[in-house]
Amino acid sequence: MLLRRVVITGLGVISPFGRGIEKLMGGLLDGKSGVVQLPALSEIIGMRTRVAALATGFDPMEIPRKFRRSMSSMSVFATLASLDAFAMAGLSEAQLKGGRLGVSIGSTIGSPQTMQEFFRDFSIDNSLERMKSTLFFHIMNHSCASNVAQALGVTGRILAPAAACSTSCHAVGYAAEIIAMGRQDFMLCGGADEFHPLTSGTFDIMNAASTAFNDSPTSTPRPFDRDRDGIVCGEGSGILVLESLEAAKQRGANILAEVVGFATNSDPGSIANPDASCIAECMRLALEDAEIKPEQIDYVNAHATATLQGDIAECEAIAQIFGAATPVSSLKGHLGHAMAASGTLELAACIEMLRQGCLIPTLNLENIDPLCTNITHVHGVTKYRVETVIKNNFALGGINSSIILRRYQQ
Amino acid sequence: MTDQDIIDRINSSLAEEFEFALAEMTPDTTLFEDMGLDSLDVVDLVIVLETAFGMKIREEEAIRKIRTLGDIHTFVIDKKRQMESA
Repeated sequence: MLLRRVVITGLGVISPFGRGIEKLMGGLLDGKSGVVQLPALSEIIGMRTRVAALATGFDPMEIPRKFRRSMSSMSVFATLASLDAFAMAGLSEAQLKGGRLGVSIGSTIGSPQTMQEFFRDFSIDNSLERMKSTLFFHIMNHSCASNVAQALGVTGRILAPAAACSTSCHAVGYAAEIIAMGRQDFMLCGGADEFHPLTSGTFDIMNAASTAFNDSPTSTPRPFDRDRDGIVCGEGSGILVLESLEAAKQRGANILAEVVGFATNSDPGSIANPDASCIAECMRLALEDAEIKPEQIDYVNAHATATLQGDIAECEAIAQIFGAATPVSSLKGHLGHAMAASGTLELAACIEMLRQGCLIPTLNLENIDPLCTNITHVHGVTKYRVETVIKNNFALGGINSSIILRRYQQ
Repeated sequence: MTDQDIIDRINSSLAEEFEFALAEMTPDTTLFEDMGLDSLDVVDLVIVLETAFGMKIREEEAIRKIRTLGDIHTFVIDKKRQMESA
């Protein structure tokens, strides 16, 4: 149980549909796909996947050089999304810089692109003489969190969780706990990642990347579908402003939703393959944290990345906890899998579903896999009064996470 | 390479690296006040010059005394001439 109520008052996103929540929701509600063919992947020996979901519609030059020089593209995404979230929340400069606002933003790893460029140059002659002074700031694990704090002038706590696909769910959950404990009043939280062939290749060699739709990129990924064949990697950033209900009320903030529950657990059974009972336990712990019953959940926003095993395990876990009636969808069909950013990109969409009273279906779900028929799938954009949502993320490394959001009630 | 060629290459290399307008770059332009560079930028400035002119200058004592663009022009021209006569 959270000791102080924690609410969401701002959000910012950089996604394949562009910059801003309006662009994200426009793409999702119109049933668009952000997945494109990436011919450069065909030049990599051993790479079979040729598709990715790349971030669009942003201008890095908006960030002054002094701050941008220490950023790779993932920090650019996180900074622009943070600026938008901050603006939406209507916080003052004094609140931003006063020490009561912290940052909890993570990525899967430091910039793989910068690491590639460094080692390519380094290996020419074993020389460090061409190494730029800001290189380390691109590749350190807390690159996004630090760069956001520097660019915005944050003086509070800095946290940089790293748990691959669970990263931003962790970032939000831990931020909520920090506020609930009274350590900070406001937190900018979420995740960011930049696309790199290393990520796609990691899934490809495990036979978990989509390869059958290289010539029809918008047809993949296909969560829960009979013909799904794996993940499509993406990039972007999703950032939320969390604050104590007390602080939000005091300053008359527009409250978008409330964070009522968070749980995370480890699955030591496998570092790569999800286990239904561990996923179910994670969701059960989140419900316990929120002090609500399964039947009070109106919608499950699934992790569902379109891998063969992962989707089945999540369906089994959802059916075990919620039965067959609760609507479920995955947004990976639209957005691909933005790794550390996926949790908060999808949470931002969940907040809008709460606010707009609708459910967004799973794109590319045409023929439900017989092993995924034990839950209710959302078909088409559906008007639906959503009060409470659970959002799942499961990561390589055996790290599960679930967050429960509720429409704000006094 | 004439002195003016060297100056032009210095200015264009630094303009690109530090996103500074070429038209505003004069010999009197100060690195810290006018161009807004800091200690991290000075490290990169040395690398930019070393790359542009194929020389090693990081350990040169004279580098530490540079304050203006004109100081850089003089330093690099002198260094190039030393290299050519060596």
